Amino acid sequence: MNAKLPNVDAQALFHYVLRLGDLSLILGQRLGEWVGHAPALEEDLGVANIALDLIGQARLLLSYAGEIEGCGRDEDKLAYLREQGGYFNAILAEQPNGDFGQTIVRQVLIDAFQLELYERMTGSLDERLASIAAKSVKEVRYHLRYSSGWLVRLGDGTEESHARVQSALNTLWPYTVELFAEDDLDQLMADSGIAPRLSAVHAAWSARLEGILADSTLLRPADRPHLWHGKRGQHSEHLGYILAEMQYLQRAYPEACW
Amino acid sequence: MYTQGLDGQVPDTAAHTDEATLEQRFLARVDAEEKIEPKDWMPVRYRNTLIRQISQHAHSEIVGMLPEGNWITRAPTLKRKAILIAKVQDEGGHGAYLYSAAETLGVSRDQLVEQLLSGKAKYSSIFNYPTPTWADVGAIGWLVDGAAIMNQIPLCRCSYGPYARAMVRVCREESFHQRQGYDLMLQLARGSEAQKRMAQEALNRWWWPALMMFGPSDANSTHTGDSQRWKIKRFSNDELRQKFVDFTVPQAKFLGLAVPDPELRWDEHRQQYEFGPIDWSEFDQVLKGNGPCNAERIAARRNAHAAGAWVREAASAYAAKRRQPSANIAA
Repeated sequence: MNAKLPNVDAQALFHYVLRLGDLSLILGQRLGEWVGHAPALEEDLGVANIALDLIGQARLLLSYAGEIEGCGRDEDKLAYLREQGGYFNAILAEQPNGDFGQTIVRQVLIDAFQLELYERMTGSLDERLASIAAKSVKEVRYHLRYSSGWLVRLGDGTEESHARVQSALNTLWPYTVELFAEDDLDQLMADSGIAPRLSAVHAAWSARLEGILADSTLLRPADRPHLWHGKRGQHSEHLGYILAEMQYLQRAYPEACW
Repeated sequence: MYTQGLDGQVPDTAAHTDEATLEQRFLARVDAEEKIEPKDWMPVRYRNTLIRQISQHAHSEIVGMLPEGNWITRAPTLKRKAILIAKVQDEGGHGAYLYSAAETLGVSRDQLVEQLLSGKAKYSSIFNYPTPTWADVGAIGWLVDGAAIMNQIPLCRCSYGPYARAMVRVCREESFHQRQGYDLMLQLARGSEAQKRMAQEALNRWWWPALMMFGPSDANSTHTGDSQRWKIKRFSNDELRQKFVDFTVPQAKFLGLAVPDPELRWDEHRQQYEFGPIDWSEFDQVLKGNGPCNAERIAARRNAHAAGAWVREAASAYAAKRRQPSANIAA
């Protein structure tokens, strides 16, 4: 399956790929809630487009995770039939959409993270991840152009829009700490040449955010300690509702094919 | 086929000799199957009819995002979720495209949206029906998009150039949606008993409303004369409805589903299906705003518009700030 893959524990790689896949899955699911309800028709199209890309990334990553695990679970079994603690997305992705400004802030923070991560992952020793990253980075670059374009307009728009997005930024900023908190799994992946060092991703993300926030006339909130980690299966109260909705048909009609 | 309810009278304009000559030339061009383009002279009634028809079509695409969008977060596989998001996005794209076509006739999208939100403009009443189960998503694709194609293929030859060209692209996508909807139904029809039941119930819900999409029967449709004269409309409501029934009944049979019409039978002599009478009182009620979801649909559009006001204002304010420096330089 992975001729060039260094000797890394399959369970660890499985867990790591789920982190990536679940981040796209849950964020895509959240964006799907907007379709038909956005502030303008162009935004319905834009948000749907990003949701579509994210679901596409989730499909590639969850399929790969299923192959690594080797227990016969495909993308749908993984997407729809895990318990809450088995989802490894960062808590930021599951935060509610709020108003359009809050959605945009969440999107900028994650888009910039995925961009810096995937740019570096194109050189992964795991060929499969390298190719998924190469495909995803093109999409994510567009996502960030869209989301940061809106953040600048909202931040530097009216007093009201400025206040709204600054408030959303203050609310969501603490959840970004988790993205860069390197744990044993992140370290193992970096040591094995599978994933970039999170410290490098963080530095690049931080510099990029600095520029976007300056253009948006927004103040960067101070970092605060954040101890709960979605990437280790510890989630907010929101994920349960997301899963209840997303998994409904699969749970209500077990064994049915759709 | 999002154009029903359009056949109201358009006020007559004062005609004088020059106008009469211009109109004769216009009709000669229409008769010669030439396309009328935005800057060409056209009768006021032709322009108004097109504005109403195209904008109603656009509104229908926008409101039509809601019943199917209802299932995006609950689509049962990631592939189906992706297909559904793409489909709903296409509908939004059709809306944008059609608003642009309407704008070539001298109205703004803002004006048209305002007419939708105020309740002045109509949209296809099919979207006032609910989607309680996943099978409704399939039934909409199969039947509603199927009916839309029946009506829109002739519109590709409509005399007004921008509308005709928009329809070419829209039809291509609608036919893709129709196949996806049918594929969804096929999966259910070949599935468990519960899935088959779901599919049958969805067909029961959507069959008659889909037939009503073609508008009143020809005997009661008195305003189609001008549209046919102007080559906007090429077939009558009943002709299109018959085509749809003949096309769709065999598809239902292939699915193993029963069309909910006890009077449905094949007429060997006429080589077409005979079907039972349509309950036009239901159609009238839905048209009057008393359908199961009329209030919800329009409320959803109004809420989205109102909740997004600050976003649109911010975008305008930002754009104005960006324009200002260059304006100063120019001064």
